[in-house]
Amino acid sequence: MSENIILLEQVNKNYQQLAALQNINLKLSAGEVLGLFGHNGAGKTTMMKLILGIIKAGSGKVSVFGVDPQNKKAWSSRRKIGYLPENVSFYDQLTGFEVITYFARLKSADKKQVPQLLEKVGLSFAENRPVKTYSKGMRQRLGLAQAFLGDPKLLLLDEPTVGLDPSATKEFYNSVDQLKSNGASIILCSHILPGIEQHIDRAMILSGGKSVALGTLSTLRNIAQLPVLITTKGIDNALQHNKNLVDFMIDQNRLQVPESEKINVLRELMSFKNMTDLQVETPTLAQIYQYFLNNNKIDAKQENPL
Amino acid sequence: MNPIWAVALKEFQDGVRNRWFISITCIFALLAIGLSYYGSVASGQITSPSLSTTIASLSSLSVFLIPLIALLLCYDSFVGEQESGTLLLLLTYPVSHTQLLLGKFIGQGSIITLATIIGFGSAAVLLGFNTDFAKVLPAFALFILTASLLGLSFIGLAYIISLSVTEKSKAAGMALILWLFFVLIFDLGLLAILIGIENGVTQQGLVQLMLFNPADLFRLINLAALDSADVNGVLAVAINSDYSVSSLLLMMLAWVVSPLLFALFIFSKKSI
Repeated sequence: MSENIILLEQVNKNYQQLAALQNINLKLSAGEVLGLFGHNGAGKTTMMKLILGIIKAGSGKVSVFGVDPQNKKAWSSRRKIGYLPENVSFYDQLTGFEVITYFARLKSADKKQVPQLLEKVGLSFAENRPVKTYSKGMRQRLGLAQAFLGDPKLLLLDEPTVGLDPSATKEFYNSVDQLKSNGASIILCSHILPGIEQHIDRAMILSGGKSVALGTLSTLRNIAQLPVLITTKGIDNALQHNKNLVDFMIDQNRLQVPESEKINVLRELMSFKNMTDLQVETPTLAQIYQYFLNNNKIDAKQENPL
Repeated sequence: MNPIWAVALKEFQDGVRNRWFISITCIFALLAIGLSYYGSVASGQITSPSLSTTIASLSSLSVFLIPLIALLLCYDSFVGEQESGTLLLLLTYPVSHTQLLLGKFIGQGSIITLATIIGFGSAAVLLGFNTDFAKVLPAFALFILTASLLGLSFIGLAYIISLSVTEKSKAAGMALILWLFFVLIFDLGLLAILIGIENGVTQQGLVQLMLFNPADLFRLINLAALDSADVNGVLAVAINSDYSVSSLLLMMLAWVVSPLLFALFIFSKKSI
């Protein structure tokens, strides 16, 4: 199935003077998971609202399940969309069970799903307590249960793991993988970068309303050309006298090596008999993210020198 | 389930849960029973007052209370959900703006309507046992109908406020000002015109001006149906108007529908 679930072409959105989104292009196919990253105010939430049909694009084409989400025809497809907003506190006086039942009615979802979903997000023990007694993490789980209602084919999750403890985060990513294998497309928007890498197919990095990077993680790694960091132990003095290695040294026991030289340097290091330990750190998603953000700042400065 | 009914059911259950429904019903019942039995004590008589006096004093009190209750019940309907983030979430569901607004109106409207029917109705039944059902029932039926319409009209006005502001506290303040305007300032303005400007406004003109206020309209309908002997004050002038009760009722219905339509217009233009 290569049909596009989401198609954005040359999308612009302005709030008065502020350009919230500029020239955004995106295609998302069935069963694909996209990580959407960017600092606060980069346009992530605006992009989600456009896809959800809550706001209208200034120009460009937005198509979700093949129809404009602002169109009346998009009504039936809303049942197939799950959304977790960034900050939602739900109805304090209702119990968790009542909240999910209400949303299930609105979505015409099967009522049997309500206890199942509460079980899935680990809220069964508190389903008859009012939401006002819930902790931040429990509210977040309630939000997730609500987003998983029906049988969503498209999920938009804004900061899904905020407030979740490590085991709940792991369970959340398990659900993401499970939904993905059922053919659902997912957009994950997150500040918490560690742990997300193995669950996303592609990443999009937004900065100041522009898309500064879009591609698979390995593609982004290749573009960024970030060095590998090697830390050695036990050979501090010997390193300084090795002509092949001294150029890469940034510290007594640390080397910064371009990806292409990694294997050669490792071979060289293996020849030291005194070495007791060796650590190789490939660039993390966080570093790639930082790279593209910084790079964009330089570009922006060149474009409009102040 | 149709989303309108899902929303309406939730709003109604909220009203029952937070004791709004039971307290409004009790207030109405106490008010009506109290006034119909002891209303004449204030004027120095010990006999139970006539039916027209009862309705007249009930409507003068309700005209203050019902708008206030409706505004208090509904001022945070939308702005409250906007603050907690659920309004944004609801709009991503297969629920249109119209369905959401109508659902809320049906849910909260039935709280006020049912409270009016049960509260004032119980007084009517008690009064009927002691006097004459044939007289009590028509008078109270009209009173309950107009009281409900008055409540519904102010629910619509509350929605306009709730949709035009972005903070709950601001909505509360505006609701209070709106209440003060319709139940007090408007009438003071009318009085000022009557007294201040000689021949400034005819009796017919005065009645026409009163049509611009649902609270005055409510009083007008109820007093027009009574013996004018029991009524005094500014309104006595207006009672002998050319408008029939049914046309005045239609006017009130317009006061229910038009704020709702205006609220819907604001809702559809609103950016969330």
